[in-house]
Amino acid sequence: MNFEIAKEPINIQAVIDKVVQRNAGAITTFIGTVRELTKGKKTLYLIYEAYESMAVKKLEQIGDEIKERWPGAEVAITHRVGRLDITDVAVVIAVSTPHRADAYEANRHAIERIKEIVPIWKKEHWEDGEEWIGDQLEKVAYPTGKPEEKDLYE
Amino acid sequence: MNKILFFAHLKDEVGEENIRIDVAGRTVAEVKELLAAEYNLQKLDSAMTAINEEFASNENVIEAGDEVAFIPPVSGG
Repeated sequence: MNFEIAKEPINIQAVIDKVVQRNAGAITTFIGTVRELTKGKKTLYLIYEAYESMAVKKLEQIGDEIKERWPGAEVAITHRVGRLDITDVAVVIAVSTPHRADAYEANRHAIERIKEIVPIWKKEHWEDGEEWIGDQLEKVAYPTGKPEEKDLYE
Repeated sequence: MNKILFFAHLKDEVGEENIRIDVAGRTVAEVKELLAAEYNLQKLDSAMTAINEEFASNENVIEAGDEVAFIPPVSGG
């Protein structure tokens, strides 16, 4: 169960423990947290929602991509759903590799891919309203109805 | 019969997490058109589509029993 959607606060150490391996020389951990200010606007809290079964599959796909591109890597990702307050942990990504440079690069790959292909959405709640956020990468909408091949299997 | 899933703003606009309708034999594009008209969905065009939890294109034909999900631009992380 290296790839999970969690309804409760994420145990960061438990995610890290999943990638411990004797051949690793480095483990990088990314912890995504809920930010208060975005472009000057104050967030009160967020609601994250997932298409859970597909989200787990897509997290697994990201893990497979990393193992193919960075041989010897181990990957674990947990993304939380539900209501999150400011400073709460939304996602934890742990990657172990034989050498440190790969661990940094592979971890970066994971978070960027989450923002492209994993069906998870956040609803921002402000003092004066709420809105589902999409397209954070400021890419065009998908003209063919799905991510392009290069987006899916870069 | 097909189960159709809606998420994020689409769920709010439709007022349901999912509906059951028979769209077997139709393409994704045709189903989008049908649902956009039925529920007055402005942004269904910009949504991705998944059939049985895998991304599909607008030309894909839906088969009996397929689960179809409309996936607005994602914002996890």
